[in-house]
Formats: sequence, structure tokens, C-alpha cells
Amino acid sequence: MSLLLARLFPPQSRPTRRAGRLLQRNLLVYKHIWMVIIAGFCEPVFYLFAVGVGLGSFVGDVTTAGGQTLSYAAFVAPGLLAASAMNGAIVESTFPIFFKLHYNRTYDAVLATPMRVADITVGEILWAQLRAGIYACGFLALMYVTGLTTSPWAPGAALGALLVGFTFSAAGFAAVTFMRTWHDFDMIQLVILPLFLFSGTFYPLSVYPPFLQPIMQISPLYHGTELLRAFTLGQFDWTLAGHAGVLVLMGTVGLFIISRRLVGTLLK
Amino acid sequence: MVESLVVGRGLSKKFGDFTAVDSIDFQIQAGEAFGFLGPNGAGKSSTMRMIGATSPPTSGHLRVLGMDPMVDGIKIRGRLGVVPQEDNLDRELSVYENLLTYGRYFNMARAEIDRRAAELLEFVQLSERRDSRVDPLSGGMKRRLIIARGLINQPELLILDEPTTGLDPQARHVVWDRLYQLKQEGVTLVITTHYMDEAEQLCDRLVVMDKGRIVAEGSPRSLIERYSTRDVLELRFEADARDQALPVIETVAQRTENLPDKVMVYTDNADEAVIRLSNNGVHPISTLIRRSTLEDVFLRLTGRQLIE
Amino acid sequence: MNTPRSLMVVEAEYRIYRRTWRGTVLTTWLRPILFLVAMGMGLGALIDRNVNQALGEAGYLAFLAPGLMAASAMQTAITEASWPVRTGIKWRKNYWAQISTPLTTNDLLTGLMIWITIRLLFVSTAFAVVIWVFGAGSFGKALMAVPAATLTGMAFASPLAAFAAWVKEDSTMIAMFRFSIIPLFLFSGAFFPIEQLPDFLEPIVVLSPAWHGVDLCRWIILGTPLTLSIWTELGYLAATMAAGWWAAARQLRKRLIV
Repeated sequence: MSLLLARLFPPQSRPTRRAGRLLQRNLLVYKHIWMVIIAGFCEPVFYLFAVGVGLGSFVGDVTTAGGQTLSYAAFVAPGLLAASAMNGAIVESTFPIFFKLHYNRTYDAVLATPMRVADITVGEILWAQLRAGIYACGFLALMYVTGLTTSPWAPGAALGALLVGFTFSAAGFAAVTFMRTWHDFDMIQLVILPLFLFSGTFYPLSVYPPFLQPIMQISPLYHGTELLRAFTLGQFDWTLAGHAGVLVLMGTVGLFIISRRLVGTLLK
Repeated sequence: MVESLVVGRGLSKKFGDFTAVDSIDFQIQAGEAFGFLGPNGAGKSSTMRMIGATSPPTSGHLRVLGMDPMVDGIKIRGRLGVVPQEDNLDRELSVYENLLTYGRYFNMARAEIDRRAAELLEFVQLSERRDSRVDPLSGGMKRRLIIARGLINQPELLILDEPTTGLDPQARHVVWDRLYQLKQEGVTLVITTHYMDEAEQLCDRLVVMDKGRIVAEGSPRSLIERYSTRDVLELRFEADARDQALPVIETVAQRTENLPDKVMVYTDNADEAVIRLSNNGVHPISTLIRRSTLEDVFLRLTGRQLIE
Repeated sequence: MNTPRSLMVVEAEYRIYRRTWRGTVLTTWLRPILFLVAMGMGLGALIDRNVNQALGEAGYLAFLAPGLMAASAMQTAITEASWPVRTGIKWRKNYWAQISTPLTTNDLLTGLMIWITIRLLFVSTAFAVVIWVFGAGSFGKALMAVPAATLTGMAFASPLAAFAAWVKEDSTMIAMFRFSIIPLFLFSGAFFPIEQLPDFLEPIVVLSPAWHGVDLCRWIILGTPLTLSIWTELGYLAATMAAGWWAAARQLRKRLIV
């Protein structure tokens, strides 16, 4: 059994505390960190403003799957938070990591030290999480101020956003380990766009014909949206555990792929 | 009368307050291999880029192929080949496609490029890699491909900036061999380098540059004759023995250089000097006798070594 | 015969495109389809429950489609203009190789702009076909909107090329994408009439070329009245493109001829 574990998770794929060093490195390198953070915070706010204010009056009230009727802005806000957590995680875990892997060769230098491949993986994902957490808190504060949520459970949505961020950072990073040229980024867009549009962010799944609804439930972002919406509406039931489980599972599989692939690429 | 392909007089290049090239004078004749020798940061690359008509001189006079690079840059670049120090091959394209697209920039016909590319790939020994992508090529192969690319338009003048920096010894010799062959075919070469062996191998004539200035000019042989002795003795000592030996050494040498790790003894007859040192009780832990090189010329002129 | 040098740059772009067209063809067709299904039909189902004079009689899909055509041209232009310039200078370094040949920085820019125009014509035509298939407009009218959408894209391509030539860090590029491109897309008038916005925002939105493009395309395909005169709209787009072109030419010279 322990032999099997050692084979599945060789030392290079087990992180150490040194992962924090990569986090420090990223903090040091991002001189324009404030700009990145402002941009990351503004994105969902823009969406909320455009969709909530611009389209809200045309849509009117929306009825959720749980039977609650609420304003369109209050409905769409948690969805946008989830979508933005996904976008942020993908943007930050694909372009920069691709460049570090293939152009800057940052990781080659890192691995010449006692750092392990898994330290890189965990360090990069922690880094993405740190920023995702800041954006989510800002957005939730805005929802409170504008009265889009009144639930005492709403801060839990920040944790939910972190989970969504984790899942997609891991997935994005895993995808990057397979990419050869920057044209492969088209493929990422090809996956992200349908997720963004068809995950119950903008309207309840009930808009679709019944036979399509199970297909939409494949989307990991759908599970993120449902999770966050439960928190901002203060409506819980046992399906939440399922939603969270899907995200955790997907993120873990991503982590596993990254460590295997990176060991193959960086330590050849 | 020999035609000068490139003439620089009082040529300077400044970046803000920093003077990269400080009023240099030189002439490059048709058919020769001309070198700019100097350490990193001596201003060689800036000079090359001015000659290549992609960098405007701050002041001074520069004529390339009889034209002003700031006025006739397009015409000049059409007749030049450039091999930059930094690899800027197009990694989106294959080996052959790199030559093809580059040749098209010179408005060459496709058929002509095809013929020329086949010749050049043969010449730089990359025919088998014709359809390979650029990334998997070794450093030496990439450099050879850049040289082939620079030759696609049959240039009258080939500019090479540090052509073998970063290559292993074997790859360097392959590049030198190709460049030597070009020289035999009458292509005018302009080479920058901070390797004295490269300058000696390839250059008919060179200028030694330091801190943006030209400090000497001539053929490798004549520079060595003028600024150094025939032989050099390199002596290494135990830490405390050196100070005692120095006064004795100076009596047998025309000149000495006291470097951190060794003492260089300049003399026209090294064998005789070794005997005289031994007779006077000087016993270094190691003794090396060699001929003078451009390295010694540089040391003499600037008090520093080429590679620091 | 002497081919203009900028066409050599177009040829080089095309040679690279031949290697990579598969990904872009998918996005070219899928983007409009996904957006029209999700927003036009999905969200449209919610919107069309109510009567909305501001969106016209034809329903949300018909309102959205022409505006999205212009907004998509904008997005294509932004990607196609910014990353190639950035990598040409910094990562692929092909610009440095190109300027050591008879090509000038102006040739690089003109070539890139011609190439983007070709791409925009293609992407917008695909969008017109999708509009027709979805029944959101007649094929003839949708085709007539292609030049307008292309011009909208060009009004973004040249300023973005200037920006990418100026930028020093990749993180600045990424921040810019999230900070300005997304609002430009959302507040272009494609998704809702800008009268919905607070009054102080309207004049700001009118400054964006995207809004003029959306207005033009909606006028051509849906027949809604133009907000400004056609010459003002076209002139504004052309002027933005020209100003961007001038800035990009200047910036490229500054970065490459040193």
C-alpha cells in the first residue's frame, strides 16, 4: 500500500513548506500588483453594473429553482462572482505560467534549488488564491452595501469563490502543461466561453428545455454558481455538499495532473 | 584603389546620459573580415546596429555601401546580411519557412528563395532539419540557421554580432569553418567578438574597443607585434612566495602583469627567461610558456582582461 | 515587379496562420453561436416575457445580434493587434529580425493592419451568416453590416497596437484587458440601450468607438434610427483609427529604432 502511494506520489509531487517561497517570489515580481488587483476587483463589478442596472429593468424579477423570487441583480450577482473567480483563475494561471515555463524558464532555476516541483504547483495556486480572496471580499462588501444580499451567510460565498478559484487555477495550470504555442490559448477560450454562458450565471437553468438541463449540470462553473448563490440567498440544502464535492474533486485531479506533467517536463 | 564598404568618422551613440559609442573612426574594405574586439559593454553591438541601419547615430559620419543609413536605410538593408547576437528566429515557423519568409522581405521570388534555401541549408549542414520546428534545434544549429538566414539575399556585407557566444567548443568550430569558407568566397564579414581566439581565427583586420572607444587597430599579427612580446610566461606561486619573486622577475622581463591568480611575464625568449629565473632562485608552482595573443594586447592597452 | 513591402508582412502572417487556423475557425463560428444562444435566446426568453419598447418590436435576439456583431469585431481586433505586437517586440522578437531587412517599422504596422482587416472581414462575414441562420436579420442586410463591423474593429486595432508597442510588462497587458476591454464590451450598447445607464455615464460611453459601431450595425440590420448622422459615426471611427495608427507608428519607431 505504501509502495503504491509512493509510486502515485513520488517525492517531487509532494509539496513542502517551501511552496511559500514561490509565493514570496511572485509578490516580489508583481510590481504592478495594485493594478492587477484593481482590475480583478473591477471586472465582476462592471458585469454586475451592466447586467444588473442595464438589463435588470428589462428582465424584471426572477424565480430561483428554490422558488424564491428576487430582483435580477440579486440573482445574477453571485453568478458573476463565481464566473469572475473562474476567469481570474484562468487568466492568471495560463498566460503567466506558460511564459514562465517556455520563455523565461523561471522554474528551471527554481528547481536547481531544494524546491520541489510540487512546491511550484502549490505556490502558484496559493498565489492565485490570495488574489481571488481579495476580489471576492470586495465584491461581497459591495453586495451588502447595495442591498443585493442580506443573508448573514454571505461571507461564506467568499470561501465558495476561493473554491471555484482553486478548481480553475488547478485546471488552467494543468491545461498549460499540455500547451505548445500560444495559439493553444484559443482552445482555452473555447472551453471557458460556453462555461461562462451556460452555467446558470445569467438565468436559471429552468429556461432551457428539460432534456438540456442535465447537460448544463456537467459544467463545474454551474456547481460554483449554485454554491455561491445558496450563500448569498441564505438557502441551504444537502445538494450543496455535492456542488462543493465536484469542485474539490476537479481541483484535486488538476493538481495531480500538474505534478505528474511538470515532473515530466521540468525534470527530464 | 580599394573601395571602402563602411566608413565611420567620429561616430557616437548615446542612450540618455550613457555614451555607448564614443567618437570612433574605422574603415571596412570590400572582401576583408573586419573585427570589433572588446569586452561586453564596449559598444560593439551598438556600432553593429548603426551599420545595420536600424539604429540612428547620435553624431558623427557613417557611410554604408556609399550611402547614409538614415537616408537610404532600406536600400542598405537590402544589400546586407545580419546575424544578431540574440536568437530572433521565428519559433512559430519551420527551418525552411524561416528562410522563406525572410527571403520574401527582400522581395525575392519564391523559386529563387527555394533554390537559395536548399544551397544554404546544405552549406550550414541543416538540410535534414529542413521541416523541423526551430525550438528543438540545438544552440549551434540555431546559430547556423541564423547565418543561413542572413545570407539568403546574397549580401555584399555580412554583419555578425558575437557569432559564437554561448556555443560549445565543437559548435564554435563548425561556425568558424563556415565563416572561413564565406571569406574565401569573397563575402565581406564584419564580426564583433569578445573571444580573442575568434578574432585571431577569422579577422584580417580588427579594432580593439573598450568603453565605447577604439584603443588600437591593425591585423591580429601586427597588433601583437606592436603591443606585446613574442612569448609569455604564466607563473603561479604559493601565496607568500610571489612578493619575494616579483623583483627578480622584473629583471628578466620586458614587462610584467601582476594578476590576482598569476604573474604574466612578457619576453621575446621565454626559454631563456625560465632558466634565468631558476638560476636566481625563483621557483613557481607552475610555469606555462605560450605565444602572445590578442588577450595580451587587450591587457596591455586597458589593464583589464577581455572576459571578466 | 516590386511588391509593396507591407504585403510581405501580410504574407508572413498568412504563413503562420496556415499553421494555426483550426483554433481560430472554431472561435470565429462558435463565439457568435454561443452568445446568440445564451444571451439572445436564453436571457431573451426572460426579457421577452415583458413588453420592452426600448428594445424594439422584434424581440431581444434581433436587438442583440447586430450590436454583438460590432462588439465581436472589436474583440477580435483587440486580440489580433495587441499580442502579436507585444510578442514581436518581446517574446518572438520577429520584429527585430524584420527591421534588419528592407522592411521599415511603418511596413510592419501597415502589414499588420491589412492582415487584421482581412481577419475582421472574415469574422464579421461569419457573424452575418450566423445572424441569418438564427433568423435575427436578413442575409443581405447582415452582409451590408460587415464593412461597418470591420471599421469598428479597425478603430480599436490601431490604438491597441500603439498600446502594445508602449507596454513594458505583461501584467500591464493583462490588467488592461480586464480593466478596459470588458467594460468596452459590456457598455457598448450591444446588450442594452445606453439610456439605461446613469446620465453621467452616457457621454463617456459615446466616446467609445464600439458604441458607434453598434449603432451603425443595428441601423443597417434592424432598421432602428441612427443616433447621430451617418457621416459623424463613420468619421468618428475613421478618426480613431487614424489617431491610433499615428500613435502606433510613433511608438513602434521608438521601441525598435534605438
